[in-house]
Amino acid sequence: MRIAMTIALLLALLTSVSAQETVVTLVTHDSFAIGEDVLAEFTEATGIQVEILQSGDAGEVLNKAILSRGNPLGDVLFGVDNSFLSRALANDIFLPYESPLLEHVPEQFQLDDQFRVTPIDYGDVCLNYDVAWFDEQELALPESLSDLAAPEYRGLLVVENPATSSPGLSFMLATIGVFGTEGEETWLDFWRQLVENEVRVVSGWELAYWGEFSHSGGEYPLVVSYASSPPAEVFFMEETPERAPTGAIVADQTCFRQIEFAGILDGSEQVEAAQQLIDFMLDTRFQEDIPLQMFVFPVNEEAELPDVFVEYAEIAEVPAVVSPEDIDSMRDTWIQAWTETVLRGG
Amino acid sequence: MVPLARLLLLLPLLFLALFYVWPLLSILVLGLAPDGTLATGQLRQLLSPWHLNTLAFTVVQALLSTALTIALALPAAWVCVRWSFPGRSLLLSLSTLAFVLPTVVVAAAFSALIGSRGVVNDLLQQILALDTAPLRLEGTLAIILITHVFYNFAVALRIITGFWANRSTVLEDAARVLGAQGWRLWWEIRLPLLRPALLAAAALIFIFTFTSFGVIIILGELRFSTLEVEIYLQAVNLFNLPVAAGLSLLQITLMLVLMLAYTRLRQRLPLALRAAHAPRPQGWRQWAAVSAVSGFMLVLLAAPLLALVLRSLSGAGGLTGAWYAALSRDVRGSVLFVPPVHAVGNSLFYAFCTTGMALVLGLLAASLMQRRSRRWLDPLFMLPLATSAVTLGFGFIVALDEPPLDLRASPLLIPIAHTLVALPFVVRSILPSLDAISPSLRESASVLGAAPWQVWRQIDLPLVSRGLLVGAIFAFTISMGEFGASLFIARPANATIPVVIYRLLGQPGTMNMGQAMAMSVILLLTCSLGFIVIERVQRAGSGAF
Repeated sequence: MRIAMTIALLLALLTSVSAQETVVTLVTHDSFAIGEDVLAEFTEATGIQVEILQSGDAGEVLNKAILSRGNPLGDVLFGVDNSFLSRALANDIFLPYESPLLEHVPEQFQLDDQFRVTPIDYGDVCLNYDVAWFDEQELALPESLSDLAAPEYRGLLVVENPATSSPGLSFMLATIGVFGTEGEETWLDFWRQLVENEVRVVSGWELAYWGEFSHSGGEYPLVVSYASSPPAEVFFMEETPERAPTGAIVADQTCFRQIEFAGILDGSEQVEAAQQLIDFMLDTRFQEDIPLQMFVFPVNEEAELPDVFVEYAEIAEVPAVVSPEDIDSMRDTWIQAWTETVLRGG
Repeated sequence: MVPLARLLLLLPLLFLALFYVWPLLSILVLGLAPDGTLATGQLRQLLSPWHLNTLAFTVVQALLSTALTIALALPAAWVCVRWSFPGRSLLLSLSTLAFVLPTVVVAAAFSALIGSRGVVNDLLQQILALDTAPLRLEGTLAIILITHVFYNFAVALRIITGFWANRSTVLEDAARVLGAQGWRLWWEIRLPLLRPALLAAAALIFIFTFTSFGVIIILGELRFSTLEVEIYLQAVNLFNLPVAAGLSLLQITLMLVLMLAYTRLRQRLPLALRAAHAPRPQGWRQWAAVSAVSGFMLVLLAAPLLALVLRSLSGAGGLTGAWYAALSRDVRGSVLFVPPVHAVGNSLFYAFCTTGMALVLGLLAASLMQRRSRRWLDPLFMLPLATSAVTLGFGFIVALDEPPLDLRASPLLIPIAHTLVALPFVVRSILPSLDAISPSLRESASVLGAAPWQVWRQIDLPLVSRGLLVGAIFAFTISMGEFGASLFIARPANATIPVVIYRLLGQPGTMNMGQAMAMSVILLLTCSLGFIVIERVQRAGSGAF
């Protein structure tokens, strides 16, 4: 027993942080990134240190927050998107906070009228195409989702599995938003046509984009990715090209919009500091840093986009819509139906 | 034995209780009975045809993978033990390197090699003058099995050679003198003598492939599913904890039964151990055998690694070191940017912590199991390997949430999780050798006046030192490759190499892909360096005995 006590003591000593200054812990997913100088400015202005705790993908982060309800891993959680929003709200893990900066955020992003979550950024999941390939083949770009089932686009599209991939889920939701679950032709009928038209399905974005997309050496010139992928391509090139090597199709009713939210975790002992962090995340300094760090768009209308986004990024004007409530209650059923139809030929 | 030594022996049990049993029970109870009563409604879903199919596929692919791996590794092990030839230790190291690579990277390497636009298909297409690629392996059982063999070859090879190299050749020589030849020598002498090591390797590989996750999702493209994958989907995507917990319990129970059966099958084989001297191959037949086996291993193990190195060095304009250079450039000034040197440092730090902890605890645990009445402990130590990583990850969140053990967000949890996975490997690597020590050897030492710790130090330790080396290499590799639950643990800023690879692959842009490949090669190099250090330490250590 004495050994156990000693170990426990040692561990406690090792893990304790000096309680000299206010430290706010931001719990988030693995895709989170922000500028070092941006955070430093926050600390300088408020005296609050921010510690970042990355904890898996968006689903894992949320589930861990639910499992540790009341005794959270940190003070602020960032990274709940609209497909997980209902689960987060139903489990009551957030404290309400209405940031004064919300006045700069359009209504369409504010999905919780009790202000338990605050929108921070958004991004459109949509089809990306290999510019060189379409030039060479002199083929017109698809203009709607139903075009994808046409013979000229046979064997050109690679998508991600909605069970294991967030853009995959968004694209499936876009098809549900467009074709619906009832009537003459449902979303599943559309997927049957896609299968017929030799759609390729892989488990994740990495494999679709890096392995199968013709721009990265694969065979498929159409891939499900983000509207911000073309500017990212340009940004990560050694020399700025005249034209972006890839493009995004943002025609009406072809994209699905992901909105990411932050919230203050119930049980936080630093509620005031956490509120300051939320305000900071909505402020232009942070918002303007978002595009090049995480390749999504700021929700604050006052934030200016970086040049590469202004030049190469497009935003969908009319994305397909499915409500967070429907997503949460039907996700399981839809994914299973999709799996049966697409992978197992049901 | 003195009381202190007794207490020491309890250390591995305490470790297991604190960091495995308790978190697991906490999450299982929470999952199965969220409100204090059994969630029978949701648990009924467990018996759906889909879950039964999943179970069947899980068992079948694990059996096939295990049989295939052992069958292919056995000749390789024989050649490595029987003869010394140039490149022998290189081959051994190569096989273990496969073990460390993240599945995404292996998938990239395989697709560069045998994908529909890979090297092999290009060649076949040219030779056979075909319009389309002849090999279409994406999403098939074949590619799952090939990848499982690629990953687990080292497990079989290392455990079998580690054991075999110590066996005396007396029996085999006697059989030869008596006229046994060819397959009879294999069937009646070698294989029965090897049984402990074969069983140990098979047990590990079966568990490993039974709980296969990344390979099934990425290379199998989810056309098939294993229990482990299903648990993940239920727990993370659907947050259906009752079903996830039920499936976890099913998986653990099955593995426990299997391990108990395996423990019964294991037997002590007290035969004199002697490190046999391995001669050079002689004559064309022996050289042909050596070349054939080495050639096969090179194709299976080195070709994918080579494809990876090539990819890390090729840019739009031919060969380039640009990706490596870009790794240290922080173009975006991100707060989470990790220079490669730091990532290597973090990985090495965790890996050496893990190796140290796993060796000490593993040695103690193996000693603990030397008494026949304590044999039941053996399956217990195997269980972390058979437990769904996401279940255990959630268990940590639920159980380790109060001071002084609020380790949920502590960097300490990472080496602890790695050690849980590494322990079974260390125990498996040591036990066959420890079992083979004749009790009379120990008794003679005692009679001659050696204190118990002297017996242990002078008899046991030297004889298991090869097994220890194997265990150390696995512990190190497991930690470097971030196996199991650690990927589900919350991470403060100290990212390791695999974490950096995942981050790079998560964003578009050719530069990120190039850098991820470069980082994977750095992972391979760091790991090789670790092997060299560990082998040096072991050699220095065993020389002192």
